[in-house]
Amino acid sequence: MSFINYMAREINCKIVYYGPGLCGKTTNLQYIYERTNPDAKGKMISLATETDRTLFFDFLPLALGEIRGFKTRFHLYTVPGQVFYDASRKLILKGVDGVVFVADSQVERMEANEESVENLKTNLEEQGYKLEKIPYVIQYNKRDLPEVATVEELRQKLNPMNVPDYEGVARTGVGVFDTLKAVAKLVLTELRKGGP
Amino acid sequence: MVNPQMVMYEEEFNQIQNVVDRLVKDANAKVVFIVDKNGQLIAASGDVDNLDTTSLASLTAGNIAATGGMAKLLKENEFATQFHEGEKANIHIQLVGNRVILVVIFDSKSSLGLVRLRVRRASEELNNIFEALLKKVADPGADSPFAEITDEDIDNLFND
Repeated sequence: MSFINYMAREINCKIVYYGPGLCGKTTNLQYIYERTNPDAKGKMISLATETDRTLFFDFLPLALGEIRGFKTRFHLYTVPGQVFYDASRKLILKGVDGVVFVADSQVERMEANEESVENLKTNLEEQGYKLEKIPYVIQYNKRDLPEVATVEELRQKLNPMNVPDYEGVARTGVGVFDTLKAVAKLVLTELRKGGP
Repeated sequence: MVNPQMVMYEEEFNQIQNVVDRLVKDANAKVVFIVDKNGQLIAASGDVDNLDTTSLASLTAGNIAATGGMAKLLKENEFATQFHEGEKANIHIQLVGNRVILVVIFDSKSSLGLVRLRVRRASEELNNIFEALLKKVADPGADSPFAEITDEDIDNLFND
Protein backbone atom coordinates (compact mmCIF):
# COMPACT_ATOMS: atom_id res chain seq x y z
CA MET A 1 0.00 0.00 0.00
CA SER A 2 1.74 3.11 -1.19
CA PHE A 3 1.57 6.27 0.87
CA ILE A 4 0.99 9.59 -0.91
CA ASN A 5 1.91 12.59 1.18
CA TYR A 6 0.61 15.80 -0.41
CA MET A 7 2.13 17.89 2.33
CA ALA A 8 5.68 16.65 1.86
CA ARG A 9 4.99 15.97 -1.85
CA GLU A 10 6.26 12.45 -1.48
CA ILE A 11 5.16 9.04 -2.57
CA ASN A 12 6.39 6.03 -0.59
CA CYS A 13 6.25 2.46 -1.87
CA LYS A 14 7.23 -0.86 -0.32
CA ILE A 15 9.10 -3.53 -2.25
CA VAL A 16 9.78 -6.96 -0.76
CA TYR A 17 12.55 -9.32 -1.87
CA TYR A 18 11.36 -12.90 -1.42
CA GLY A 19 13.03 -16.26 -2.02
CA PRO A 20 14.48 -19.39 -0.41
CA GLY A 21 17.22 -19.29 2.23
CA LEU A 22 20.65 -18.16 0.99
CA CYS A 23 19.36 -17.19 -2.48
CA GLY A 24 20.88 -13.68 -2.24
CA LYS A 25 18.11 -11.33 -1.12
CA THR A 26 20.28 -9.54 1.41
CA THR A 27 23.16 -9.50 -1.10
CA ASN A 28 20.89 -7.65 -3.58
CA LEU A 29 20.16 -4.97 -1.00
CA GLN A 30 23.79 -4.71 0.04
CA TYR A 31 24.85 -4.16 -3.55
CA ILE A 32 22.18 -1.49 -4.06
CA TYR A 33 23.28 0.16 -0.83
CA GLU A 34 26.96 0.20 -1.84
CA ARG A 35 26.28 1.60 -5.30
CA THR A 36 23.79 4.34 -4.45
CA ASN A 37 24.70 7.98 -3.83
CA PRO A 38 24.72 8.81 -0.12
CA ASP A 39 22.07 11.51 -0.62
CA ALA A 40 19.69 9.04 -2.24
CA LYS A 41 19.74 6.41 0.47
CA GLY A 42 19.16 6.01 4.17
CA LYS A 43 20.85 3.61 6.51
CA MET A 44 20.55 -0.08 5.73
CA ILE A 45 19.24 -2.07 8.64
CA SER A 46 19.79 -5.81 8.94
CA LEU A 47 18.12 -7.75 11.71
CA ALA A 48 20.29 -10.85 11.44
CA THR A 49 21.55 -13.71 13.58
CA GLU A 50 25.17 -13.94 14.72
CA THR A 51 25.89 -16.02 11.66
CA ASP A 52 24.52 -13.31 9.36
CA ARG A 53 21.33 -15.12 8.49
CA THR A 54 18.36 -12.77 8.22
CA LEU A 55 16.28 -13.10 11.38
CA PHE A 56 13.46 -10.66 10.73
CA PHE A 57 14.21 -8.36 7.80
CA ASP A 58 16.68 -6.07 6.05
CA PHE A 59 15.51 -2.57 5.29
CA LEU A 60 16.88 -0.02 2.84
CA PRO A 61 15.16 3.31 2.07
CA LEU A 62 15.94 4.71 -1.40
CA ALA A 63 14.99 7.97 -3.11
CA LEU A 64 14.68 7.56 -6.87
CA GLY A 65 13.96 11.11 -7.97
CA GLU A 66 10.89 13.16 -8.77
CA ILE A 67 7.80 12.49 -10.85
CA ARG A 68 5.54 15.45 -11.49
CA GLY A 69 6.91 17.24 -8.47
CA PHE A 70 6.53 14.28 -6.14
CA LYS A 71 9.62 12.67 -4.60
CA THR A 72 9.49 8.92 -5.10
CA ARG A 73 10.78 6.88 -2.19
CA PHE A 74 11.09 3.15 -2.17
CA HIS A 75 11.43 1.10 0.98
CA LEU A 76 13.17 -2.17 0.16
CA TYR A 77 12.69 -5.09 2.52
CA THR A 78 13.92 -8.68 2.47
CA VAL A 79 12.23 -11.56 4.24
CA PRO A 80 14.08 -14.25 6.17
CA GLY A 81 14.34 -17.14 3.71
CA GLN A 82 14.68 -20.04 6.12
CA VAL A 83 11.55 -22.18 6.18
CA PHE A 84 10.88 -21.90 9.92
CA TYR A 85 10.63 -18.11 9.86
CA ASP A 86 7.30 -18.19 8.07
CA ALA A 87 5.46 -16.10 10.67
CA SER A 88 7.93 -13.26 10.12
CA ARG A 89 7.63 -13.50 6.34
CA LYS A 90 3.88 -12.98 6.57
CA LEU A 91 4.33 -9.82 8.61
CA ILE A 92 6.78 -8.29 6.17
CA LEU A 93 4.40 -8.78 3.25
CA LYS A 94 1.84 -6.49 4.89
CA GLY A 95 1.30 -3.39 2.80
CA VAL A 96 3.56 -4.58 -0.02
CA ASP A 97 3.44 -2.72 -3.36
CA GLY A 98 5.79 -4.94 -5.37
CA VAL A 99 7.63 -8.25 -5.02
CA VAL A 100 11.00 -9.42 -6.34
CA PHE A 101 11.46 -13.17 -6.26
CA VAL A 102 15.14 -14.05 -6.04
CA ALA A 103 15.66 -17.61 -7.26
CA ASP A 104 18.79 -19.65 -6.60
CA SER A 105 19.85 -20.98 -10.00
CA GLN A 106 21.69 -24.01 -8.63
CA VAL A 107 20.11 -27.30 -9.72
CA GLU A 108 20.03 -28.57 -6.14
CA ARG A 109 17.96 -25.54 -5.04
CA MET A 110 15.22 -25.91 -7.64
CA GLU A 111 12.86 -27.55 -5.17
CA ALA A 112 13.54 -24.87 -2.56
CA ASN A 113 12.71 -22.21 -5.17
CA GLU A 114 9.42 -23.86 -6.05
CA GLU A 115 8.47 -24.24 -2.39
CA SER A 116 9.28 -20.60 -1.79
CA VAL A 117 7.08 -19.41 -4.70
CA GLU A 118 4.21 -21.48 -3.32
CA ASN A 119 4.85 -20.02 0.13
CA LEU A 120 4.82 -16.52 -1.36
CA LYS A 121 1.44 -17.17 -2.99
CA THR A 122 -0.04 -18.57 0.22
CA ASN A 123 1.25 -15.74 2.38
CA LEU A 124 0.06 -13.08 -0.06
CA GLU A 125 -3.38 -14.64 -0.17
CA GLU A 126 -3.54 -14.54 3.62
CA GLN A 127 -3.06 -10.78 3.35
CA GLY A 128 -5.75 -10.57 0.68
CA TYR A 129 -3.38 -10.16 -2.28
CA LYS A 130 -3.00 -12.24 -5.41
CA LEU A 131 0.43 -12.75 -6.92
CA GLU A 132 -1.08 -12.34 -10.40
CA LYS A 133 -2.38 -8.90 -9.46
CA ILE A 134 0.67 -7.26 -7.91
CA PRO A 135 3.85 -5.91 -9.53
CA TYR A 136 6.14 -8.93 -9.61
CA VAL A 137 9.56 -9.67 -11.15
CA ILE A 138 11.96 -12.58 -10.88
CA GLN A 139 15.75 -12.69 -10.69
CA TYR A 140 17.62 -15.93 -11.45
CA ASN A 141 20.58 -15.38 -9.18
CA LYS A 142 23.99 -17.05 -8.89
CA ARG A 143 24.42 -17.48 -12.65
CA ASP A 144 28.21 -17.59 -12.12
CA LEU A 145 28.13 -20.85 -10.17
CA PRO A 146 28.72 -24.30 -11.68
CA GLU A 147 25.80 -26.74 -11.75
CA VAL A 148 23.13 -24.18 -12.47
CA ALA A 149 19.86 -24.91 -14.23
CA THR A 150 19.35 -23.29 -17.63
CA VAL A 151 17.29 -20.12 -17.76
CA GLU A 152 14.69 -22.01 -19.83
CA GLU A 153 14.29 -24.60 -17.07
CA LEU A 154 14.02 -21.92 -14.40
CA ARG A 155 11.49 -20.01 -16.45
CA GLN A 156 9.41 -23.07 -17.03
CA LYS A 157 9.27 -23.97 -13.34
CA LEU A 158 9.18 -20.55 -11.70
CA ASN A 159 7.72 -18.12 -14.19
CA PRO A 160 4.50 -19.51 -15.66
CA MET A 161 2.98 -16.01 -15.70
CA ASN A 162 5.83 -14.75 -17.84
CA VAL A 163 6.62 -11.73 -15.67
CA PRO A 164 9.82 -9.73 -16.32
CA ASP A 165 12.82 -11.87 -15.35
CA TYR A 166 16.55 -11.24 -15.16
CA GLU A 167 19.73 -13.23 -14.79
CA GLY A 168 21.77 -12.11 -11.83
CA VAL A 169 25.00 -12.43 -9.93
CA ALA A 170 24.10 -10.34 -6.90
CA ARG A 171 27.56 -10.65 -5.37
CA THR A 172 29.07 -8.67 -8.26
CA GLY A 173 25.93 -6.71 -9.06
CA VAL A 174 24.94 -8.34 -12.34
CA GLY A 175 21.21 -7.83 -12.88
CA VAL A 176 20.66 -6.19 -9.50
CA PHE A 177 19.66 -2.75 -10.74
CA ASP A 178 17.82 -4.17 -13.77
CA THR A 179 15.64 -6.11 -11.36
CA LEU A 180 15.05 -3.13 -9.09
CA LYS A 181 14.21 -0.82 -11.99
CA ALA A 182 11.78 -3.35 -13.43
CA VAL A 183 9.81 -3.73 -10.21
CA ALA A 184 9.88 0.01 -9.50
CA LYS A 185 8.47 0.70 -12.97
CA LEU A 186 5.69 -1.81 -12.47
CA VAL A 187 4.83 -0.29 -9.08
CA LEU A 188 4.64 3.23 -10.52
CA THR A 189 2.59 2.01 -13.47
CA GLU A 190 0.19 0.38 -11.01
CA LEU A 191 -0.05 3.65 -9.14
CA ARG A 192 -1.18 5.36 -12.31
CA LYS A 193 -4.05 2.90 -12.51
CA GLY A 194 -5.20 4.04 -9.09
CA GLY A 195 -3.17 1.98 -6.67
CA PRO A 196 -3.14 -1.57 -5.43
CA MET B 1 -8.64 -3.98 -1.85
CA VAL B 2 -6.97 -4.94 1.40
CA ASN B 3 -6.27 -1.50 2.75
CA PRO B 4 -7.37 1.79 1.34
CA GLN B 5 -4.42 3.75 0.04
CA MET B 6 -2.77 5.90 2.66
CA VAL B 7 -2.95 9.53 1.60
CA MET B 8 -2.00 12.62 3.57
CA TYR B 9 -3.42 16.08 2.81
CA GLU B 10 -2.23 19.42 4.08
CA GLU B 11 -5.26 20.03 6.31
CA GLU B 12 -5.00 16.74 8.19
CA PHE B 13 -1.23 16.88 8.25
CA ASN B 14 -1.38 20.22 10.07
CA GLN B 15 -3.88 18.85 12.58
CA ILE B 16 -1.65 15.82 13.22
CA GLN B 17 1.44 17.97 13.50
CA ASN B 18 -0.34 20.12 16.09
CA VAL B 19 -1.14 17.06 18.17
CA VAL B 20 2.43 15.75 18.13
CA ASP B 21 3.92 19.21 18.78
CA ARG B 22 1.69 19.59 21.80
CA LEU B 23 2.42 16.09 23.02
CA VAL B 24 6.17 16.80 23.05
CA LYS B 25 5.52 19.70 25.42
CA ASP B 26 2.76 18.15 27.52
CA ALA B 27 4.63 14.90 28.09
CA ASN B 28 8.05 16.52 28.49
CA ALA B 29 9.21 14.21 25.73
CA LYS B 30 12.35 14.36 23.63
CA VAL B 31 10.75 13.13 20.43
CA VAL B 32 7.27 12.16 19.30
CA PHE B 33 6.54 10.57 15.96
CA ILE B 34 3.75 8.83 14.11
CA VAL B 35 4.25 5.92 11.77
CA ASP B 36 1.75 3.93 9.77
CA LYS B 37 1.67 0.16 10.28
CA ASN B 38 3.73 -0.31 7.13
CA GLY B 39 6.60 1.71 8.51
CA GLN B 40 6.06 5.01 6.69
CA LEU B 41 6.80 8.06 8.80
CA ILE B 42 3.78 10.39 8.93
CA ALA B 43 4.83 13.18 11.32
CA ALA B 44 7.55 13.90 13.86
CA SER B 45 8.27 16.55 16.44
CA GLY B 46 10.90 17.41 19.05
CA ASP B 47 14.62 16.79 18.84
CA VAL B 48 14.54 14.89 15.53
CA ASP B 49 17.59 16.38 13.82
CA ASN B 50 20.03 13.86 15.21
CA LEU B 51 17.70 10.94 14.84
CA ASP B 52 17.36 8.51 11.94
CA THR B 53 13.56 8.68 11.89
CA THR B 54 13.22 6.62 8.70
CA SER B 55 14.98 3.65 10.29
CA LEU B 56 13.15 4.12 13.57
CA ALA B 57 9.83 4.19 11.71
CA SER B 58 10.50 0.91 9.92
CA LEU B 59 11.73 -0.81 13.08
CA THR B 60 8.74 0.44 15.06
CA ALA B 61 6.38 -1.00 12.46
CA GLY B 62 8.33 -4.28 12.52
CA ASN B 63 8.05 -4.31 16.28
CA ILE B 64 4.30 -3.70 16.23
CA ALA B 65 3.88 -6.32 13.51
CA ALA B 66 5.81 -8.91 15.55
CA THR B 67 3.84 -8.10 18.72
CA GLY B 68 0.62 -8.29 16.72
CA GLY B 69 1.69 -11.73 15.51
CA MET B 70 2.23 -12.84 19.10
CA ALA B 71 -1.15 -11.41 20.10
CA LYS B 72 -2.84 -13.44 17.37
CA LEU B 73 -1.22 -16.64 18.63
CA LEU B 74 -2.56 -15.87 22.12
CA LYS B 75 -6.01 -15.11 20.66
CA GLU B 76 -5.65 -11.49 21.70
CA ASN B 77 -6.73 -8.76 19.33
CA GLU B 78 -3.61 -6.58 19.70
CA PHE B 79 -1.12 -5.49 22.32
CA ALA B 80 -1.85 -1.83 21.91
CA THR B 81 0.82 -0.48 24.25
CA GLN B 82 4.53 -1.22 24.56
CA PHE B 83 7.15 0.29 26.78
CA HIS B 84 10.92 -0.11 26.48
CA GLU B 85 13.07 1.15 29.30
CA GLY B 86 16.70 2.05 28.69
CA GLU B 87 19.40 3.58 30.86
CA LYS B 88 18.85 7.07 29.50
CA ALA B 89 16.08 6.89 26.96
CA ASN B 90 12.71 5.20 27.14
CA ILE B 91 10.26 4.47 24.36
CA HIS B 92 6.50 4.34 24.70
CA ILE B 93 4.68 2.86 21.71
CA GLN B 94 0.92 3.13 21.32
CA LEU B 95 -1.20 1.68 18.56
CA VAL B 96 -3.88 4.22 17.59
CA GLY B 97 -7.11 3.02 16.00
CA ASN B 98 -5.32 -0.15 14.88
CA ARG B 99 -3.90 1.87 12.03
CA VAL B 100 -1.08 4.19 13.05
CA ILE B 101 1.56 4.02 15.75
CA LEU B 102 2.33 6.83 18.16
CA VAL B 103 5.88 6.75 19.51
CA VAL B 104 7.13 8.85 22.42
CA ILE B 105 10.82 8.93 23.33
CA PHE B 106 11.56 10.44 26.73
CA ASP B 107 14.25 10.58 29.40
CA SER B 108 14.40 11.24 33.15
CA LYS B 109 12.82 14.68 32.68
CA SER B 110 9.50 12.91 32.26
CA SER B 111 7.87 9.79 33.68
CA LEU B 112 5.96 6.81 32.35
CA GLY B 113 2.82 7.94 34.20
CA LEU B 114 2.83 11.37 32.60
CA VAL B 115 3.56 9.96 29.15
CA ARG B 116 0.73 7.43 29.43
CA LEU B 117 -1.70 10.09 30.52
CA ARG B 118 -0.83 12.48 27.70
CA VAL B 119 -0.66 9.72 25.11
CA ARG B 120 -4.20 8.67 25.98
CA ARG B 121 -5.57 12.10 25.16
CA ALA B 122 -3.48 12.50 22.03
CA SER B 123 -4.57 9.04 20.82
CA GLU B 124 -8.21 10.02 20.91
CA GLU B 125 -7.55 13.17 18.91
CA LEU B 126 -5.41 11.33 16.40
CA ASN B 127 -7.99 8.63 16.02
CA ASN B 128 -10.60 11.21 15.05
CA ILE B 129 -8.28 12.86 12.55
CA PHE B 130 -7.38 9.57 10.88
CA GLU B 131 -11.02 8.49 10.74
CA ALA B 132 -11.88 11.69 8.92
CA LEU B 133 -8.86 11.27 6.64
CA LEU B 134 -9.90 7.73 5.74
CA LYS B 135 -13.37 8.89 4.79
CA LYS B 136 -11.89 11.56 2.58
CA VAL B 137 -9.58 9.08 0.86
CA ALA B 138 -12.41 6.60 0.31
CA ASP B 139 -14.38 9.32 -1.49
CA PRO B 140 -14.36 8.37 -5.19
CA GLY B 141 -14.01 12.05 -6.05
CA ALA B 142 -10.49 12.06 -4.65
CA ASP B 143 -8.09 12.17 -7.58
CA SER B 144 -4.59 10.73 -7.77
CA PRO B 145 -1.74 12.94 -8.93
CA PHE B 146 -0.36 9.86 -10.65
CA ALA B 147 -3.30 9.21 -12.93
CA GLU B 148 -1.64 11.45 -15.50
CA ILE B 149 1.92 10.19 -15.43
CA THR B 150 3.34 8.82 -18.65
CA ASP B 151 5.75 6.01 -19.45
CA GLU B 152 8.24 8.74 -20.22
CA ASP B 153 7.94 10.19 -16.70
CA ILE B 154 8.68 6.76 -15.28
CA ASP B 155 11.57 6.12 -17.67
CA ASN B 156 13.10 9.50 -16.83
CA LEU B 157 13.46 8.42 -13.21
CA PHE B 158 15.92 5.79 -14.28
CA ASN B 159 18.07 7.81 -16.63
CA ASP B 160 21.29 8.26 -14.76
